Amino acid sequence: MARVLIIAQHEDGALNPATAKTLSGALGLGIDDIDIAVFAESAAGVAQQASRLQGASRVLAIEHADFAHLTAARLAPEIKALAGDYTHILGPSTTFGRDLMPRAAALIGVGQVSDVQEVIDSHTFKRPIYAGNAIVTVKAPEGQTVVATVRSASYSAAVEGDSPCEIESREAAATDPGHTRYINLETGGGDGPDLQTADRVVSGGRAMGSAEGFDVIYSFAKKLGAAVGASRAAVDAGYVPNELQVGQTGKIIAPELYFAIGISGAIQHLTGIKDAGTIVAINKDAEAPIFEIADFGLVGDLFEIVPELEKLI
Amino acid sequence: MKILVPIKRVVDYNVRVKVKSDGSGVETEGVKMSINPFDEIALEEALRIKEAGNAEEVIVCSIGNKDCQQQLRTGLAMGADRAIHVVTDGSVQPLAAARVLLKLIEKEGPEIVFLGKQAIDDDNSQTGQMLAALWDRPQATFASKVELSDGKATVTREVDAGLETLEVDLPAVLTSDLRLNEPRFVKLPDIMKAKRKPLDEIALDELDVEAAARLELTAYEPPPKRSGGRILESARELVDELKNKGLL
Repeated sequence: MARVLIIAQHEDGALNPATAKTLSGALGLGIDDIDIAVFAESAAGVAQQASRLQGASRVLAIEHADFAHLTAARLAPEIKALAGDYTHILGPSTTFGRDLMPRAAALIGVGQVSDVQEVIDSHTFKRPIYAGNAIVTVKAPEGQTVVATVRSASYSAAVEGDSPCEIESREAAATDPGHTRYINLETGGGDGPDLQTADRVVSGGRAMGSAEGFDVIYSFAKKLGAAVGASRAAVDAGYVPNELQVGQTGKIIAPELYFAIGISGAIQHLTGIKDAGTIVAINKDAEAPIFEIADFGLVGDLFEIVPELEKLI
Repeated sequence: MKILVPIKRVVDYNVRVKVKSDGSGVETEGVKMSINPFDEIALEEALRIKEAGNAEEVIVCSIGNKDCQQQLRTGLAMGADRAIHVVTDGSVQPLAAARVLLKLIEKEGPEIVFLGKQAIDDDNSQTGQMLAALWDRPQATFASKVELSDGKATVTREVDAGLETLEVDLPAVLTSDLRLNEPRFVKLPDIMKAKRKPLDEIALDELDVEAAARLELTAYEPPPKRSGGRILESARELVDELKNKGLL
C-alpha cells in the first residue's frame, strides 16, 4: 500500500515552514497515508506542531541525544531503517533536505527527484533545471521507493487544523558513525522576519554601493515589516552576509510582495524570485532586465525613491 | 594524500539555455561547454591544499563521451597532476555517477573527494552526498571554508540559517559552494604542459558498476513567462497600485 514519509525540518524547537510546504507537495500524490518523522533530542513540541498539520496521518517522534544537531551522516541510516514501510520519502529542498535526502536515497539504493515543483501523479514530477530556464518532467521507476525533495517556493504551507493526528514514539535505529561532529552555527543575526518564509521581501543589489548604502534597504524593510535580501553581486561585494543572497545559488523565495532595488536582474537572481506574487523593481537603468519581469517599475535614483516610498507607506 | 576531483562538462554558465521546440531536450548544438563552475571551485581548492603542502597529488576525473577530455585537459592546465576519463556515451545520473566514483576511490585511495555542490545543468545537487553514503564516509557539503589538520577537515558550510561548521574525519567527501575561492585563470604555457600530463581512459563497462534504475526524463518545456508589467511615474503612483492590489 502506498505510504508517504516526510522528514521534518526544525530549529530551536519549532517546525520549519518548509516542512508544511513539503506536506502540501505530498498531498498532490493522491496517497492518503502521510507520516511525518521528527528526529530531535526532545521531540514533543515539534511533534505536536507537526501533528496539527492538515493532511498528516501520523507523526513519528524519534528522540536521541545525537539529534541535538542533525547531520546527514547520522540521519540517513535512520531514514533507511524506516524506508521499508513507505513507498515515498520526501524532504524539503532547503539546505537541510539537499544535504540529507541524497545520502538517504543512496543508502536505499534509488535515485532522487530534486526540487519537485509540480506533482503529476504518484511517480511523475516536474522540476526546474538549468537555473529554471527549462522544466523537465521526470518519471521515477515503478516498484521502488521514490525519494524526492519538494521545492518550497512552489507550495504554500499546509494549514494547521483543530484535530491533531496521533504521535507515535519510536526508538532510534542506527548509531553515531562518530566521524562527523557539529561545531557551531553562526547566523547573521537581524531581528526581521525570516527571508525564506517572509510575505514581503526587500532586496538590494550592487547599486547600494556599500554596506552603509544598505541602510536604506534595512530602514524601508523595517517600515514594511519585510525581510531583507540581496543579489549575489551585493553579497560578493561584501555589503551584506551571504545568507541574504536570493537566487539560484542562494535562497529561492516566493513572497507575496518583492522589491528588487538596484538589482539589474541577472538570470541567476530571477530564478530565485520567479514565484513571487508581485515584483516591484527600482533601478536607474530603464533597460535593466529586471523590468522585463517586474509587475511595477520605477526608473530613477533609488536613494531618492526608496526614502520617499518609506514616507508614503 | 591524494585528492580526487570529479568534474562535469556542462553548458557554459553564460549561455542562455533554450528548450528544443519539440520538447526533447535543451539546445546544446554549437553551444559553449565548460567545466561545471562549482567543480572548478572544488579543483581550485584541491590545488591550494596541495600548494600548501597538505596533499601530494590532485587527480581530476570525468564520466562521459570523448568531448569531456577537453574539460579534463583544462583541469590539468589549472594544475591537476593527472586525469581519469571514464568513457561512456550514455548519460549518467547521480546515483550511477556515485557508483562509478566509488570504483575510482577503490583504485586510487584518496583522502578527499572534492566535488561541486551541484551541476548547473541538471541542478540535482546529489552526487557528493550519494558518494559519501556508498563510501560510508563523512560529507561536508556547500563548503565556503576548509581547514585541514591531523586527518580531519573543519568545514564551514553555507546553510539557509547562516554558516554551519562541521568537523569531519578523513577520508571524506566535500562539496564546494560559490564563495569557497575564485578559481585561477589558465595560462597558455600551462595549456601546453597539460598536453603532456597523463590522461587515462577506462571504459565504463570495465568498472563493473551495479546498474541503477533510471529516472526517465520524458519532456522538456520552457518555464512559464512572467509578463513584464508597467513602468510607473512616481513613488506615489506605486503606493496607490500596491494599495489597490491589497498589498499595502
